[in-house]
Amino acid sequence: MLEGLLIGLQTALSLKMLGMVIGGCLIGTFIGMLPGLGPMSIIAIMIPVAITLGDPSAALILLAGVYYGAIFGGSTSSILLNAPGVAGTVATSFDGYPMARAGQAGKALTIAAIASFSGGTIGAVLLMIFAPALSSVALLFHSAEYFALMVVGLGAIAAFAGSGNVAKATLMTLLGLIMATVGEGALFNMPRFTMGLMDLQSGFSFITLAMAIFALPEAIFLVLNPMRSSQGDSGKIENLRINRDEARAIAPVIGRQSIQGFFIGVLPGAGATIASFLGYAVERNIASEKEQKEFGHGSIKGLAAPETANNAACTGSFVPLLTLGIPGSGTTAILLGALIALNVNPGPRLMTDEPQIFWSVIISMYIGNLVLLILNLPLIPYIAKILAIPRNYLIPFILFFTLMGSYIGQNNATELLILVGLGVFATVLRFANYPLAPLLIGFILGRMLEDNFSRSMQLYDGINFILERPMTLGLLILAAALIIVPSLRARRARRAKVIQGD
Amino acid sequence: MALDRWIALIILVISIVYGYAAYFTMDQLLPPFMQRNPVWPSTFPKILSVLAIVTSLIILLGLEKPAADAKEPDIDYRRLGDYNIGQAALLVAMMVVYALTLRPLGFFIATIGFLTLSAAILGERKFHILIPITTVAAFVIWYLVEQVLGIFLRPLPTFMIGG
Repeated sequence: MLEGLLIGLQTALSLKMLGMVIGGCLIGTFIGMLPGLGPMSIIAIMIPVAITLGDPSAALILLAGVYYGAIFGGSTSSILLNAPGVAGTVATSFDGYPMARAGQAGKALTIAAIASFSGGTIGAVLLMIFAPALSSVALLFHSAEYFALMVVGLGAIAAFAGSGNVAKATLMTLLGLIMATVGEGALFNMPRFTMGLMDLQSGFSFITLAMAIFALPEAIFLVLNPMRSSQGDSGKIENLRINRDEARAIAPVIGRQSIQGFFIGVLPGAGATIASFLGYAVERNIASEKEQKEFGHGSIKGLAAPETANNAACTGSFVPLLTLGIPGSGTTAILLGALIALNVNPGPRLMTDEPQIFWSVIISMYIGNLVLLILNLPLIPYIAKILAIPRNYLIPFILFFTLMGSYIGQNNATELLILVGLGVFATVLRFANYPLAPLLIGFILGRMLEDNFSRSMQLYDGINFILERPMTLGLLILAAALIIVPSLRARRARRAKVIQGD
Repeated sequence: MALDRWIALIILVISIVYGYAAYFTMDQLLPPFMQRNPVWPSTFPKILSVLAIVTSLIILLGLEKPAADAKEPDIDYRRLGDYNIGQAALLVAMMVVYALTLRPLGFFIATIGFLTLSAAILGERKFHILIPITTVAAFVIWYLVEQVLGIFLRPLPTFMIGG
């Protein structure tokens, strides 16, 4: 591990990489602060830039920096405006906004920054410990197990979608898988489902899909509902200091939530949102009677808990990405797509084949968190001014950046029409409350899923591999259970309610 | 019928068409030597189409009831009239126009036009501020993409560069 750390330090501490981390964090904070723009949209917009860098470590470091920055920026807008840019920071606004209203905006921001820093840093330490162990286990996997593992991942994403939404999330995953079969596959030299269009020969572009699914609907929503970007009075931000008693109060919260958040983040499909809500709920339940009353009215513990948890979860979500090559969230799915575009295959072999990528990402997590703490915190009063950009300027530029991102990826104007078409479709899907992240995850995993499936079929000359490899069978049963059990439980719960004369 | 079930219907139709293509049109094209393989290009799509048809039927027939404490969607489509639907439609149209004019008109005219008109659609009227900003932005972005990222963007209209 020490050797790995040294490799990481060597790569990550070059001037270029430091520039990437700092630049990524600043860009992320900057855009993440805009209400309504989540980390997924921002990363989607940044991907063309990252891919043209050509260097996978640099690209991943840049995107990871943008990711932390966006989460940090998102909590800033939650606290100052009660307008969370990201679902993961909704819980931050429960206590952060009341604090800001009570004139303690500066203190709230400091606590958020310290909590994020600790959550991210402790998460990175845990990542460093667990990722190598997991990837050495994963090296024993064959393509049959990989196939089964991806099915488990996709099943878990659907199952964590929440009760009443399992079918929708499953359908979106399937739609993503279907979209991934368009174009020429790796194992078969024949175009499929292109409808005779040359532009679909190489399949849907992942950048276009990411833009169309995340960035465009957000922008259209901003147009549809001006209240979404309501610009409250951010007021004066002063007095960033916290005193010793407060530090003592939040320290145990940060410790607990870093660990809890990290492990929730590792689970596919759970991610920062669930981690932050769960962290908030847990801390409220174990707080003393007197402190419990403060929750929701500006409790510093209630602010520190979700902030720590969501940053730790962000780090945790890198574990399945880096060790198994299976993204657990929409954001890591986008990162995986970027890595594949750069010819890097994340998975258990990443640590042995290209250790510099793995370790430099980990080192960059420490640096990124440090940058957020010492660079962004003092700058916040100034960065917050971006919240005053009029939406008449903001929205055209967001739309333009999505168009540009998809155009420079392909250099093809038809791509733009596909982008707009998919974007409108994605907006309608969001109206109907369909979750969109499963679609992108399905799309990105689709090709790998099919390749591994076909490879095992060829090796075992048929579908027998499912029965002959106990681990594959076990994983597939687990996947089926993940999808079926929650819906059965919901059904039973409902029936019980009906009997009670509801 | 609620919007989510309409969407399930649309996806159902898509997956039936997709399944039809996978089951009945793909295998004839397969060369004989590949037919000895246990897995064909159409194998995976066949499985997917069946799963997608079943799942969309589950939603369409309402077999899975939404949870009682279902959270509000981000935006309520039943109140669509209250939202700026006209502006959104115009902006989408602007994006289509941009896609169609980017090549013939060149990057500068298309981009400045897109940014200015979109802002105007959103209600911006201070053109003496708006146009300089969009012009500068277009040049800066063109410089970054062309020079820093090294991706060619045709800057001028087709007729001015003779082709």
